[in-house]
Amino acid sequence: MTTDSDQMTGTWQVKTGLAQMLKGGVIMDVVTPEQAVIAENAGAVAVMALERVPSDIRKAGGVARMSDPKMIAEIIESVSIPVMAKARIGHFAEAQILEALGVDYIDESEVLTPADENNHINKHDYKVPFVCGSRDLGEALRRIGEGAAMIRTKGEAGSGNIVEAVRHARKVLGQIKHIHGMEPDELMATARDLKAPFALVKKIHETGSLPVVNFAAGGISTPADAALMMQIGVDGVFVGSGIFKSETPEIMADAIVKATTHYQDPAILAEISKGLGSAMKGIDLRTLPESEQLSKRGW
Amino acid sequence: MPVIGVLALQGDFVEHINMLDTLEVNSKEIRSKNQFKNIDGLIIPGGESTSIMRLIEIFDLKNEIISCSKKGMPIWGTCAGMIIVAQNIIHNESQDKVRKYDPLNLIDIDVNRNAFGRQIDSFEHDIDVEGLHDPYHSIFIRAPQVSRAGKNVEILASINKTKPVILKQDNILVSSFHPELTNDNRIHNLFMQMVLRR
Repeated sequence: MTTDSDQMTGTWQVKTGLAQMLKGGVIMDVVTPEQAVIAENAGAVAVMALERVPSDIRKAGGVARMSDPKMIAEIIESVSIPVMAKARIGHFAEAQILEALGVDYIDESEVLTPADENNHINKHDYKVPFVCGSRDLGEALRRIGEGAAMIRTKGEAGSGNIVEAVRHARKVLGQIKHIHGMEPDELMATARDLKAPFALVKKIHETGSLPVVNFAAGGISTPADAALMMQIGVDGVFVGSGIFKSETPEIMADAIVKATTHYQDPAILAEISKGLGSAMKGIDLRTLPESEQLSKRGW
Repeated sequence: MPVIGVLALQGDFVEHINMLDTLEVNSKEIRSKNQFKNIDGLIIPGGESTSIMRLIEIFDLKNEIISCSKKGMPIWGTCAGMIIVAQNIIHNESQDKVRKYDPLNLIDIDVNRNAFGRQIDSFEHDIDVEGLHDPYHSIFIRAPQVSRAGKNVEILASINKTKPVILKQDNILVSSFHPELTNDNRIHNLFMQMVLRR
């Protein structure tokens, strides 16, 4: 007979498992309980609770920190879907606070000002799972090595420009294919070049896929952007400024949710892309100085 | 050979398909009304139940699923899927502004969403399942709890003898955990027995 005493919480399986449940879905940035309700009612699979969306963080400048726990708690109370929140890179005390608040996922995020230029959080220490950004496979595997149970592209948050998310997703997926096709002899040198844990490189070689769910983030502003990323091969999308900085957030949220399900059907995509009002304005990244590029934060 | 449809609006439908592959069962992803033809069973996967129910409504699949059930087709809901096929959903009172969906009412149970707790309470646990010889290692993620089961509903496994986690009524199977996230295909095999017995 089995007994109740053998219930295990905070395991790798339950951490990566929640990310599996989010696949094919849209995770939306929200700054108030009212926005969180709009997101859930539009069909979001989770919300990211934060004080300012990335495009406003950009405008405000200064140091961007973890959001007010009171606001995060109010958002947790107001919706039935999972609630995520952001901690600064390397700021394990912020992560401890977010875990104590009961958030369902922590995003160790380059959108906030990094707290440690060398070390990321040791994410194995927590029962709550973490998602982290990456620009290439080496970075993704370093984060997984530290305990991240979900990966997303960094993209360029708050830019309204999809180009960096495309670059990062293609890079990660291309490197996975390349390693999958390698001879076993080449794996150690590859791990050295990627600065990635050997065991994880070996696993990619065997399975041909990341051991965790991989979402797109950073610059997604329209249903077509979401469909583009899904067709490139990510498992789902984060939309930050793209919804609540658009002309009609309810309509945009709804359309991006539908596009993420029917990403392979151009006729449906054409229908849902009609009359959405203007998307967020966006930035040509070639005009953005390197010091203002959030994706360059972390390593 | 039977073909199993897997509702592919959102969630971990690929994991169900992979598990069916290990049993050499053919499957197909279902996203639209016209894809319900020529299937012998239907799986509604794990995911976010509000998101899946909204997409069922928008793409007008509710009547298709109900008519599959009326024909006696075996339907299995895991976690979010269990919420969707229930008779009633019990909601949290503090979430008074979010939209409440009517479930499909295919099995005589009431389900309390996320009653096993938030993600921090998600757990792994060995359960004894009727019809399986050895315990089944099951994964519960922000899992729903069955707060009432009608007298014609068969309880195949419970936690602590009080919390049913896998139940069956006629052609409908529900589980509050995720067999598709394991390497153990015995529950998928139980479902396939329901399909093959028809």
